[in-house]
Amino acid sequence: MATDFAFPDSAAKAAGAEQEFAPEKMSLSMGPSHPATHGVLRLQMELDGEVLTKCDPIVGYLHRGDEKIAENMTYNQFVPYTDRLDYLAPLANNMAYAIAVERLAKLEVPARCQAIRVLTAEMARVSAHLMGLGAFGLDVGAWSVLVHSLNQREHLYKLFEELTGARFTTSYTRIGGVSRDIPDGWLNRVIAFCDQFEPALEETLSLLTRNKIFQDRTVGVGIISKADALAYGLTGPNLRGSGISLDLRKDKPYSGYEQYEFDVPVGSKGDCYDRYLCRGEEMRQAVRIIRQVVAKFPGGDWYAKDARKIFAPPKDKILTSMEELIQNFMIVTEGPQIPAGEVYFEAENPKGALGFFIVSKGGGVPWRMKIRSPSFCNLSILPKICVGTMMSDVVTLLGSLDFVMGECDR
Amino acid sequence: MSASVDAITSLKGTFPSVTDRLSSDCPAVDVPTGELISVLKSLRDERAFDLLSDVTAIDWAEGASPRFTAVYHLYSTTSRAAIRVATSCTGDDSAPKVPSVVSLWPGANWHEREAYDMFGITFEGHPDLRRILMWDGYPYHPLRKEFPLAGIETALPDSEIAEETKAKVIAAPMMGGPFVASAGEMNLTDAEPRAKDESWSERSAKPGA
Repeated sequence: MATDFAFPDSAAKAAGAEQEFAPEKMSLSMGPSHPATHGVLRLQMELDGEVLTKCDPIVGYLHRGDEKIAENMTYNQFVPYTDRLDYLAPLANNMAYAIAVERLAKLEVPARCQAIRVLTAEMARVSAHLMGLGAFGLDVGAWSVLVHSLNQREHLYKLFEELTGARFTTSYTRIGGVSRDIPDGWLNRVIAFCDQFEPALEETLSLLTRNKIFQDRTVGVGIISKADALAYGLTGPNLRGSGISLDLRKDKPYSGYEQYEFDVPVGSKGDCYDRYLCRGEEMRQAVRIIRQVVAKFPGGDWYAKDARKIFAPPKDKILTSMEELIQNFMIVTEGPQIPAGEVYFEAENPKGALGFFIVSKGGGVPWRMKIRSPSFCNLSILPKICVGTMMSDVVTLLGSLDFVMGECDR
Repeated sequence: MSASVDAITSLKGTFPSVTDRLSSDCPAVDVPTGELISVLKSLRDERAFDLLSDVTAIDWAEGASPRFTAVYHLYSTTSRAAIRVATSCTGDDSAPKVPSVVSLWPGANWHEREAYDMFGITFEGHPDLRRILMWDGYPYHPLRKEFPLAGIETALPDSEIAEETKAKVIAAPMMGGPFVASAGEMNLTDAEPRAKDESWSERSAKPGA
């Protein structure tokens, strides 16, 4: 990247300016605690003037050893740890994890449970994308988007709190079901949220989509080609922004996603603006799915009643019947009994494909659990695409990749 | 799923040493370490498994043979099929080895660094095999089965500060789980479900402290 430049002036030559002003690269460290790195990410950069010649992301500041912890506890005990992966969409993580274990146990959950999970996962998607957009807007200088999106997220948090008892760390799923059925009238409140959210979303997006300053900072910036996106294993809106239509909800439907109609937005250029547009459209589609789920919300059981060694019985039974008391005690102490085998399940989470690879030797504790985190893969492309971009565009690029370090470092 | 079954049938025609692997979901194969690169290359180029979702490893505990297995998850963006490829690591327990696939998928770079960091598996031909989640100079590989859950005390990541303060990174006690019930003759308090690894907790002092 070093540009050639010469001093034609003989006087300058005589003064030794050639040596004194010889182009020299500068190294710059950004983070680990920097507002634009959205968590504790450190970028070790090498700059030639304002242009990056090298970028080495340093991750691991938030490493908690989740995979080691998982090997040492029962399947249900691990649910709260999944909240803390992508902490902007804990409900979607809960669902991905529960389905992975259920696939291993070859357990089908009832339609009502599937619908609850789809509903909550899509609400989590809206919530995660709102935060992603708000932070992205903030990175490129649009303050008001964040305020709008935080306002809408508050509505969602109220709904989550009513459903799960927690606003942030929901821990809602159990292996074979969910922790509780939906409260009375909750679905109506979800629809009421959708009714006010749709116009609000359009208003929020209108602050960015045709905004000249925003376009100047994002259009044509941080282009990821189709080939690069595939080679680096990008998933989610980052891959779709590059023009590859891969959505696991459509390709390998799980939890009954095949019943719902929705479109998969795809970018054309692969720049930061395309990734922004994809996320915006995904929120509209998520609301569309939510409305469909509520419209045909199935009745029946909300947990797998027959899986007596996996899902604990209802509380009133535990307190009155010996059989159920023993059953509950066994599930709590030894864990849900999962057969031996290997399974890999990926769910289409807001950030991309969140995968769980579980190796079981039978019993209530996994032998090995690998968490394939989309943020980790999405960040691994940084050394490739940062080279040749301007320093100020790195901030845009980080915002548009929309990663969460809690998930990246696990 | 039929696309991946077809791929495996044709793969076995080209590579007779490829065998089926037990799996609870997508089709899976075991591949000899020597043929790993050519099998993955053939899957990518001729059978359209263009996306490498994940690279990871399994530790089958001390004494097992093979001790470490490397696992690759491939996905096809055209046929929407998934496949799992597994290979045993060569070399002894302290220094297992497996060929690197970074030349096929640049995205394998970080995954292999993570597997190296966590298990100590050397990916031969990797351009930049450094630790990624733990800090440079960390002496252990935490996901190996012999590594205790509570961790092991080590020097601070920053050698200058460690020297100055004589401080160490202290391992966390395993309070709070995972909980298991123990049977046998004991009083009721002891029979309650409690932490599995009690080598260091409120009840017993830390070993060696």
